[in-house]
Amino acid sequence: MSRARSLTTIFAWPLALFLLGLAGLVIALTGDGWRDAAAWAALAAPLVAVAAAMRLRRR
Amino acid sequence: MKRAGIKAWAWVHKWSSLVSTAFLLMLCVTGLPLIFHDEIDRLSEPQPRFGMPGVGSSGTAPGLLPLDAMLARALANRPGEVPLYMAFDNDQPSMTITTGPRPDAPASQMTIQSFDRSTGELIGAVSEERVSGVGAVMHFVLELHTDMFLGLPGMLFLGVMGLCFVAALVSGVVLYAPFMRKLDFGTLRTSRSARTKWLDYHNLLGITALAWMLVVGVTGVINAFAVPIEAAWKANELAAMTREYAGRAPLDPTRYGSLDTAMAAARTALPGNNPQFIAFPGGTFSSNHHYAVFFQGATPLTERLLTPALVDAETGTFTAARPMPWYYQALSLSRPLHFGDYGGLPLKLLWAALTLFTIHVLGTGLYLWLAKRRAPAPVQAPAPQVPARVAEPAE
Repeated sequence: MSRARSLTTIFAWPLALFLLGLAGLVIALTGDGWRDAAAWAALAAPLVAVAAAMRLRRR
Repeated sequence: MKRAGIKAWAWVHKWSSLVSTAFLLMLCVTGLPLIFHDEIDRLSEPQPRFGMPGVGSSGTAPGLLPLDAMLARALANRPGEVPLYMAFDNDQPSMTITTGPRPDAPASQMTIQSFDRSTGELIGAVSEERVSGVGAVMHFVLELHTDMFLGLPGMLFLGVMGLCFVAALVSGVVLYAPFMRKLDFGTLRTSRSARTKWLDYHNLLGITALAWMLVVGVTGVINAFAVPIEAAWKANELAAMTREYAGRAPLDPTRYGSLDTAMAAARTALPGNNPQFIAFPGGTFSSNHHYAVFFQGATPLTERLLTPALVDAETGTFTAARPMPWYYQALSLSRPLHFGDYGGLPLKLLWAALTLFTIHVLGTGLYLWLAKRRAPAPVQAPAPQVPARVAEPAE
C-alpha cells in the first residue's frame, strides 16, 4: 500500500512537461534553425513520456 | 480538496466535455489534413518556375515589375471587377491579387490570381466556383473546420465549443490530483479492468500534452472570433486614423491613383519594413478612401505583428500609420500557434501526433462516461481523498 502523494509530487512531471511544451511552442515563433529544432524536441516530450510510461510503468 | 469541490469540478469536466466532444472530434479529424495543407497543395498542383527565384515580391529588388502594371494585368483578366487585395511573398516573386464585383464583395464572390512579379506571368487563378479535385476537397475540409458551412454563426459556435474544451482541460487538471494521489506519474494499470486502463491512459495523455492542447484550444477560440476582432479594429482604430475622411462618399474605383506612388509614400513613413498585403478602399481592412498597406515587422518574431500605413488612394499622400492593437496582434499570433505551420515539417508531424493524442483523450473520455453510466452506483463520482481507490483500488 503506497502513501498518499503530495500535490508537489503529483504535479512535478506534469508541470515540467507543461512549461517545456509552452517554451517549445513559443521558441519556434522567434526564428528558424536551432529554434525550430528546440521546438521539435520540446513538443516530442509528450510522446516520449507516454512511450516511457508504456514501457516502464505498466502494471 | 473537499468532497463538494471535487464534485463541482467533476460536474464541469463532464458537461463541458459532453457538450463539445462531437464537435471537437470533427475539428481534430478535419484539422489533421489541414496541418499539411501546403504540402498537399504542392503535390497536387504544378510548381511554378519563377523568373527571379528566391527574390521576394514584398521587396524592392530591381527587376520586380511595378505594382500598377501587375494590377493592370489582373484587372484585364477580370473585366468590370475592382481590386480588393494585393498580397506579397517574402521568399519568392509570387504575389496574389484579389478582385471582386464591388469594393465590399463577400469572399464567395472574390477571385484570387497568382502572378510572378518578376515576369508578370499569371501562375494560377482561384475563385470559389472553379476549384476542383484535391483543392475542392481541402476547401470543403477547411470550411467544415472553420464554420461548418454556417458562416459567422458557425464560427462563433465553434469558438464556444473551443471554450468548452478549455474548461474541460482546466477541470481535468484539477481532477488529475485526486486521481493520482496513490499513483506514480505515468502509471498504466493495464492488467486491471478496461475502465481502469483507459482512465490511466486518458489521464496520462491529457496531462502530458496539456500545453499543446491548451494553446491550440485557446488560439482556436481567438481565430473563431476573428470577424468581431477585425470589426472592432475597423470601428475603433481605423475610424480614429481616418477621422478627417469620415462622412465623405466612398471613393469610386475609377479614381484610384497609382499603387506605386502610394507604396513609396508608405515605405517612407515606415522605412525598413516590407508589406504583407495591401487592402483596397471599401473592404474589411481599409476605409472607403485609403490603400491600407500592412507592413510586417523586420525580425522573425515581429514578422507577424502588422502595422498598417494608410495612404489616400486618390492622391497617394500618407495619412497615418499605427501598430495594430493588442487584440489584433493576439489574433495574428494565434494563427501560427493554431496551424502549426511555423517550424518546418517536423513541427507539422508533431502537430498531427498531438492531434491524435487529443482524439484519444476525447475517445477515452467518452468511453469512461459510458462505462460509468453502466457501472453500479459505488463507481460513480470520485469520492474525496481516494477517488482512484473507489473506482479501482491502487496499491
